[in-house]
Amino acid sequence: MIRVSVQTGAIEVAAEFAELVGAGVGGIATFTGVVRADDGVSTLELEHYPGATEAALRTLAEEAAERWSLATATITHRVGVMHPGDLVVFVGTAAVHRAAALESCAYLIDRLKTEAPFWKRETRGDRASWVEPREGDMAAAARWISAD
Amino acid sequence: MAIDLLYFSWVREAIGVGSETLDPPEGLASVGDLVDWLAARSDGHARAFADRARLRAAVDQVFVPLDAPLGQPREVAIFPPVTGG
Repeated sequence: MIRVSVQTGAIEVAAEFAELVGAGVGGIATFTGVVRADDGVSTLELEHYPGATEAALRTLAEEAAERWSLATATITHRVGVMHPGDLVVFVGTAAVHRAAALESCAYLIDRLKTEAPFWKRETRGDRASWVEPREGDMAAAARWISAD
Repeated sequence: MAIDLLYFSWVREAIGVGSETLDPPEGLASVGDLVDWLAARSDGHARAFADRARLRAAVDQVFVPLDAPLGQPREVAIFPPVTGG
């Protein structure tokens, strides 16, 4: 099963996890991204490209499901205004064995970061700035392509 | 033919609107040609599109490089590199 969601509401990890358990297979891997409080960030705002975002996430999930023979791949990404400690993104994969679950989970978050149309804006005090892409993220995504 | 233009992040802020519908001239071969034409529309457009290395694009929601053929799209989005996750 493949499920993607782009939502303004909070990410409910227990419900997300229950769905993965419901796949009834032996291995589940999850990644949860949390808004960091470092360097005085007070709010984080996520903008996205409605329609194209969901399509991009679905394409990634379908690619992972095929490559690792997943029973379930889920991606839930929050948008709008968030605060330190809030959950931004949840990626979950369920497969027969652990290696497929773990690898596909890493693949999804690595590629999501460089391919899905989201943009982050941080506010510190009364100053807001758009987050710049990180070279480390580009390298993390590229390793999945060069490995083919 | 009219095209829906969509702008995101600091591209949207520099231009001042998130979308506009425009009728570009015939003969724009690439997405980059469309960006050149848009850049001449206002100071905000010029500012948004000044550094091409920092721009990404999608034509009818398919992500493409700026030198990709423009074709006859319904929707073109122009935005900075993505920073989700």
